[in-house]
Amino acid sequence: MEHGAVTKDFLGLTFNMSNVLMITVSSVIVFLIAVLATRTLSMRPGGMQNFLEWVVDFVKGIINSTMDWHTGGRFLALGLTLIMYIFVANMLGLPFAVVVDHNLWWKSPTADPTITLTLAVMVVALSHYYGVRMKGVKEYGAEFFKPMKFLFPLKIIEEFANTLTLGLRLYGNIFAGEMLLGLLVGLTKMGIFAGVLGIFPLIVWQGFSVFVGAIQAFIFTMLTMVYLAHKVSHDH
Amino acid sequence: MQNLILGAAAGEGLNTGDILYQLVAFLILLVLLRKFAWGPLMGIMKERQSHINSEIDAAEKSRQEAKSYLESQVAELKKAKEEAKSIIDNAKKQGEAQGEAIIKASRDEAERVKEAALAEIASEKEKAVATLRQEVAALSVKIASKVIAKELDESSQEKLINEYLQEVGESR
Repeated sequence: MEHGAVTKDFLGLTFNMSNVLMITVSSVIVFLIAVLATRTLSMRPGGMQNFLEWVVDFVKGIINSTMDWHTGGRFLALGLTLIMYIFVANMLGLPFAVVVDHNLWWKSPTADPTITLTLAVMVVALSHYYGVRMKGVKEYGAEFFKPMKFLFPLKIIEEFANTLTLGLRLYGNIFAGEMLLGLLVGLTKMGIFAGVLGIFPLIVWQGFSVFVGAIQAFIFTMLTMVYLAHKVSHDH
Repeated sequence: MQNLILGAAAGEGLNTGDILYQLVAFLILLVLLRKFAWGPLMGIMKERQSHINSEIDAAEKSRQEAKSYLESQVAELKKAKEEAKSIIDNAKKQGEAQGEAIIKASRDEAERVKEAALAEIASEKEKAVATLRQEVAALSVKIASKVIAKELDESSQEKLINEYLQEVGESR
């Protein structure tokens, strides 16, 4: 069940070609969904526009639950892109996996910790950037010494812990889901009896993985907004 | 199984390229979607919101207008009813007055006609009396001529005069 990956070195950077492929596929799918749904906008929404407006309202709800709209409104595009990208990425690995010469090509890009931690670091970096930009260096720095000065080391650790948990939570859920899917598929290949027996947990686990993928996309976006709110809002 | 720890799918080493690629891809996606999808979508949602707001305002306004219009109409109607009532009352009063006037006028007329009739009767009577006098005078002349013609004696003359006088009295 071990799969390798094709890696290429380019400009001193190592590229996992499978990740490059899947990131591109996810991005293109999200882009197509969003753009096709907003091609024919009308005052009376129907079909895809309705769906996308529901997503917008959903993300608006997430933002409103963590900060006031005056400061949170600017993060709407970020939240929308995040939730849709992560959801699509989570779903990609569910229907099938493509293995060529023992190299895994088709999978969820979010089943790779490099990818999820990249997103997590980006989010935390954004939160620091907006913290400095919207509150000034002084107030931003003062946040690290509240409510008590000796908590400063904990505050620093918290930033790293936030980043790690944000990235690894997503990776762990999706990777474990795909791993188990792979094992169940392997089970069904072992014989007719095991095949019949294995197809039911396979179906159940796929359904559950859809749920997990959606929940993880929501959690990632939610926590993004929580971290942003933590850095941006004035009353904490 | 060492591969199952972080970076399992990646094989060995850190995929620095993946990090860069994911970051760039996400930022490009963010920028593109903001420009092509979220912007227009947000625009239409805001437009719809303001449209709904203005529609609600307009509906509220027209409701108020309808209410005030209805109130003014009710007042108008009430006024019109009162006016109609006063017109009818006036007409009734006028009718009664006119009726009385007509009755009075006809009474006066009747009185006048009666007076005229009485006056005419009186004048006819005068005429008749005058005619009678003339007749009496003529008869007297006749009698006188007859008396003269017959040459009557005193007693028969008296008898004759009485006879004639009686005759005249009876004919009257």
